[in-house]
Amino acid sequence: MVPIAYYLVLAAVLFCIGVAAFLFKRNIITIFMSIELMLNAVNLTFVAFAHQWHQINGQIFVFFVMVVAAAEAAVGLAIIIALFRVRQTLNVDQVNLLKN
Amino acid sequence: MQIALFTIFGLLAVAGALNLLLQRHPINSALSLVVVMMSLAVLYWSLGAEFLAAAQVIVYSGAIMVLFVFVIMLLNAGAEEHTRGSRVAAIVGFPGAAAIFCLLSFVFLSERHRLGTTRLGDSVTGVGSNISEISHTLFTSLLLPFEVTSILILVAILGAVVLARKEL
Repeated sequence: MVPIAYYLVLAAVLFCIGVAAFLFKRNIITIFMSIELMLNAVNLTFVAFAHQWHQINGQIFVFFVMVVAAAEAAVGLAIIIALFRVRQTLNVDQVNLLKN
Repeated sequence: MQIALFTIFGLLAVAGALNLLLQRHPINSALSLVVVMMSLAVLYWSLGAEFLAAAQVIVYSGAIMVLFVFVIMLLNAGAEEHTRGSRVAAIVGFPGAAAIFCLLSFVFLSERHRLGTTRLGDSVTGVGSNISEISHTLFTSLLLPFEVTSILILVAILGAVVLARKEL
């Protein structure tokens, strides 16, 4: 018997660590991984609420989030490879052409 | 039993996420993210989502993380250096993330009694297995979104091939 609230708090912890990693990390691949961590945390809340309301739709939403995350990872990593070919760096501080 | 399962794998997930935040080298971050995803798969299973637990292991920690590790190896990514931008982000970002966490956990914990509890082995709607419920909904009322995602994946494959070409 675990309260649903504990699962939600765990998801909040993971989401906030993901937010902090997104802001703190300088490597573009690690930033991308922290986005995946945030998506996973949100998926956990979806599954927990699906369990609470006895609705299967929450789990199907998680399924769609997984599909979109897979597509996003493929396209995003291809963009990172193309970026690395041009700039020879993965540091986001050095990819600032739009800034000035 | 379930509280022990939740405690062990919840702490493992939080430890993996913190390790992702603290490690400098991206390959260490990627492997700790695999730990997070595997422990989340166990938590999904304890919430009665067997299909999603399997999909989490296969899609997330199998396919997506292999892609990440592959790209890290391909680009020969080294340890990151901390710059002025990351110090500003630490000063602004950590209190902000802590504030979001405090707000969320305050709301969840103050509504704890209305949210109810879970039992291990509890199926979500109580009719049939988890996979048959999901597939029944997915292939009847949500058939159009399902087909649209297949087109999305096709476009993503084409986009990845075009973007990662030698001459852009």
